[in-house]
Amino acid sequence: MNWEEIKSRAEAKWSALEEAPLHIRIGTPTCGRAAGALETLRIFRERLQREGLDVPLTEVGCMGLCFAEPLVIISKPESGFPPICYKNVRFDEAQKLINDFILGDDPCLEIALGTVELGQDDAPVIPELERFEIERRLVLKNCGWIDPEDIDHYIARGGYSALRDVLLGKDPEQVIAEIGQAGLRGRGGAGFLTSRKWASCRRQKSEPKYLICNADEGDPGAFMDRVVLESDPHSVIEGMIIAGYAIGAAKGFIYTRMEYPLVIERLQKALEQARAYGLLGEDIFGSGFSFDIEVIRGAGAFICGESTAMTYSIEGKRGMPRVRPPRSVERGLWGQPTVVNNVKTLALVTRIMEMGPDEFREIGTRSSPGTAVFALAGKVKQIGLCEVPMGTTLRQVIFEVGGGVPEGKEFKAVQIGGPAGGCVGEEALDLPVDFDSFRAAGAIMGSGGMIVLDNSNCMVETARFFLDFLSREDCGKCSFGRLGIKQLLMILEDITAGRGKEGDIELLEGLCEDLLQGCLCNLGRTAPNPVLTTLRYFRSEYEAHIRERRCPALVCRDLIAYFILPEKCEKGCDHCVLTCPTEAIVTDERTRKKRILQDKCVKCGTCLEVCPPEYSAVIKVSPPEKVKELESREA
Amino acid sequence: MSKEEVEAVEEVLESCPRERRHLIRILQAIQEKLGYLPEDALREVALFFGISPAEVYGVATFYNQFRFVPLGKFHIVVCMGTACHSMGGALVLDAFQRELGIKVGEVTPDRKYSLERVGCIGCCTQAPVVVVNGRIFPKMTPYKVEEVLAKLKAEDELGGDKEQG
Repeated sequence: MNWEEIKSRAEAKWSALEEAPLHIRIGTPTCGRAAGALETLRIFRERLQREGLDVPLTEVGCMGLCFAEPLVIISKPESGFPPICYKNVRFDEAQKLINDFILGDDPCLEIALGTVELGQDDAPVIPELERFEIERRLVLKNCGWIDPEDIDHYIARGGYSALRDVLLGKDPEQVIAEIGQAGLRGRGGAGFLTSRKWASCRRQKSEPKYLICNADEGDPGAFMDRVVLESDPHSVIEGMIIAGYAIGAAKGFIYTRMEYPLVIERLQKALEQARAYGLLGEDIFGSGFSFDIEVIRGAGAFICGESTAMTYSIEGKRGMPRVRPPRSVERGLWGQPTVVNNVKTLALVTRIMEMGPDEFREIGTRSSPGTAVFALAGKVKQIGLCEVPMGTTLRQVIFEVGGGVPEGKEFKAVQIGGPAGGCVGEEALDLPVDFDSFRAAGAIMGSGGMIVLDNSNCMVETARFFLDFLSREDCGKCSFGRLGIKQLLMILEDITAGRGKEGDIELLEGLCEDLLQGCLCNLGRTAPNPVLTTLRYFRSEYEAHIRERRCPALVCRDLIAYFILPEKCEKGCDHCVLTCPTEAIVTDERTRKKRILQDKCVKCGTCLEVCPPEYSAVIKVSPPEKVKELESREA
Repeated sequence: MSKEEVEAVEEVLESCPRERRHLIRILQAIQEKLGYLPEDALREVALFFGISPAEVYGVATFYNQFRFVPLGKFHIVVCMGTACHSMGGALVLDAFQRELGIKVGEVTPDRKYSLERVGCIGCCTQAPVVVVNGRIFPKMTPYKVEEVLAKLKAEDELGGDKEQG
């Protein structure tokens, strides 16, 4: 089959779906599955079969609206409505949709999230949601709209046409020049100019050269790359072939996490389909250029996201970073010139070739053109993925796109850039998101994880958590990484356990400075960020822990105690007594009111959890000595 | 190793090209079959590549994925990613340790339960999350830990562990 045939067949297949009297899309990415999407899919499939209805049912990826999953989109043109997107579709909702809308004519708007239309760049948007006024979806253009396991959907939406134009009409230098003109900076976090990386690899004399797609998304709380690869793998594959052509590589690797089984499965399928169409392999489009891609499964080491460590890991060795220079573009995989690009960078390469560098350059800010993809999680209403033009403020991302902090809580900080990023507070909310402003605020852009924290999160404990993570994941090669991170962690453990002493803050600051200077790789050099940023924005919390043995957020277990307010404790209810794992709650024989035996209490919080909301008699206090005060008040 | 284990290792090695770069892939394949990496299997792999057992062991211990003791019948994984942590994941982990009487990385003496922590499984919307033999338990609390364990115990007594493997 030649390209024209492939393309027209794909387009016919797509428009048959678009014009079908009924078409149902169900999002089944990993996050959708965790919310029960496969069960929803099964219900639809079985019910439609029982009704004898032959309705196309497409499994799509993730639209980024994780809070509303399982997500179902129903197109029924004769109803007069555009496609409608439904939220949290489980058993009852699925039956209702089939009964009322598919068999009947009630569109069930009460469970709808909104209508779907194709907006800018042909990306599906839901105009009823405020977030789509801010979002601009380049990387996520196809996510949640096409079947990621069917290459024809991708081709019908314009896929692989840019690759064809490149291979048949541009020489590699021209491709690099256009990426340079677009001003694309690497989306892995450091923001290095992609064109410069490519050009210096191309200049190397040594052959062969390699391309690696870094999909080792190890940051806890980050899932952008997973969503892109699960929802639209071909946009990354196309970007890789273009990149391979530009740098002069014939072989590419996608290094991803073993914790992402669906990514691996979908990538393998996508690669097979691309090979079958001649889009990968020998002599692509008859251009004489050959390129193939292999998927590598990581083995659970965060450090392998660092490019030199990643190359060692692909070689089958321990993934330990080495001193740079030489950079990977000079000596990477098996000592050969190697370019390592992030998933989103490569997807954007495809978009730039489609839309042209000048149009791309107009999006975002001068120094950071284009869009940024963020994974929003933590204490925010609309957990999920979003893509906004660079220069959008953090406040817009958290409050307008993410819908703000859930009712009854207060925004406290946002943790950006992964474990080695930083926590910035309220005063940094008007920062525009781009590589340079983040750096000025003491954080790093990182790959795009964003965790919102509220007033029930302790910042010292948050810093301790990240340092704990980083010390576990440190490779052990350089002494500042191996011992410095450990020392930072031990000081933080002391502070959160109430053993902090005067001078600890200064010690932390000094040690952070040493790590910035002395560590071998970027993991080590950015490890102080959680400490430095929490100190910068929340110093008083550290001081409260050290000087008053008090945790203002009531989190640090050694600095709090649980207490049952007698005036609120309902006599007859035994919830706390029955559920306490250590039998630390006793009943006063006379009044039947409950009291916690502090020396038996392990502070697990179960009593607080089970105390009926109409009583809310269990409270946390800090410092723990406050209990005596409260008890004596009773006496 | 048992006879079956020896055969499984041989099968993996036969299907793999003898290139050093495939070491991690081979270890993954063996662990997928056996659930862990027995010492003898590591020796076999070293012979296969013509490298020292120390080098194989060095690579295997570097990566978090590999384990050297068999799992319990119910393998409990507590997510300690950022989102789960901020929603109280540590309390859930503590509750499992307390109820099972083992620490992270250990197996109960009856080999029924093993406990592990993991960085992030990407289900941040359902935080805090616990995964038992691939089954996800969302929005966990210390109180729910007892419920989950009671459920597993009941399944064990019924001989129903269909989720496994």
